[in-house]
Amino acid sequence: MTSSTVELLRQKKKQILTGWMNGQLADSQLRDDLMANEDLHAQSEKLLDTLFTVLTDDSLDHPDSASLNPLVDMLSGISKSRARQGFTPRETANYIFSLKDTLLETVQFALKDNPERLVGESLKIGKFIDSLGIITFETFIQGREEIIVRQTDEMINVSTPVVQIWEGILAVPLIGTLDSSRALLVMESLLQEIVNTGSSIAILDISGVPMVDTMVAQNLIKTVSATRLMGAECIISGIRPEIAQTIVHLGIDLSTIVTKASLASALKHSFRLLRLDVKKVPTSSSDGLAYD
Amino acid sequence: MLPATTNVTATETVFVGHEKDIMLLVTLIRQHASLVGLTSLDQTKLITATSELTRNMLNYADKGQVIIDQLTRGNQRGVQLTFADNGPGIADIDQAMEDGYSSGLGLGLGLPGAKRLMDEFHIASVVGQGTTVTIAKWTDE
Repeated sequence: MTSSTVELLRQKKKQILTGWMNGQLADSQLRDDLMANEDLHAQSEKLLDTLFTVLTDDSLDHPDSASLNPLVDMLSGISKSRARQGFTPRETANYIFSLKDTLLETVQFALKDNPERLVGESLKIGKFIDSLGIITFETFIQGREEIIVRQTDEMINVSTPVVQIWEGILAVPLIGTLDSSRALLVMESLLQEIVNTGSSIAILDISGVPMVDTMVAQNLIKTVSATRLMGAECIISGIRPEIAQTIVHLGIDLSTIVTKASLASALKHSFRLLRLDVKKVPTSSSDGLAYD
Repeated sequence: MLPATTNVTATETVFVGHEKDIMLLVTLIRQHASLVGLTSLDQTKLITATSELTRNMLNYADKGQVIIDQLTRGNQRGVQLTFADNGPGIADIDQAMEDGYSSGLGLGLGLPGAKRLMDEFHIASVVGQGTTVTIAKWTDE
């Protein structure tokens, strides 16, 4: 006697799309600067197509059912790409919530002779769209988090340069927390650079490392051991007074490693190891500088 | 004179589920520590202990919670941290607090080291239910 609500909506798909689009275009917050209206139309149409392909009366009641996965995937994709395009969370959520108005209008019109059923169905549709809204919200945040993770990774990569400061001497100025993934990266690029430059001394400067806990210390010890296996000497410099005290309290033994308070003293030590001598040149009477 | 009572003036709870979270947590705790006026040395000790205990939490329980409290006690101010997880727990706490003992791959200095860095250190654990470690660092009176 009564056809299903989903069937009823499916028949009115064209009308729903038009209503939804009109609603979106009339919205004063429409971001036509971020997305062309034709693209928005195409995206909305595709979403409705997917919605009506997978939606059944049963899944309308159970928005978390697996049969809706294609819809959820598509919605997640839209939400994530909107996060990257620079839409605000409000704009992204409104995109899906504006569909609710159109759907409700449609059932209101179709069921106007059956107020009791109308109330029930309206509630169901409301709940269903709300759960879709939550999905957009979740994936929007995920999209932003992916951006943050990517930026963090980029930051890690730029902050671990290996520089040659003298013939045979490499320096790695470390800045920020030295977690295991970063320690591995530092070790790899340092060992590679030892091969490339034929250096015999590496200086790990930890002036910019906020703290040395047992794991950071372990990573430093490993890097020093690996450097030694390559036949090079490794010096750790930039040990601040508070870091030195913390290491002692923790009970970490770094006595087998050459450590220096500053990069300058590590360089001095390296010169001594390489039997280099840095001297002030006596002022000559003619040009102020004298060369051998 | 009555012993001064300890009051909590600010609280913040942080969820930890990944090694990358440690960096953020440490930055946050340093802010709290400098707000209450801990010296640079004490700040470093506090964040080192934090890193130590958070890593333990991630290693053995995968995830957990860190509660940061700012405290006052008479003229003193301090930071108290509570590390709570629902991990496997520690069967023998005395053994875990020994230098050089590790059930994992670490140096075995994490727990005893963290205790030496702190003014207050308390550990409670129930096997199968989880571990809670509470540490505190105070300013000078």
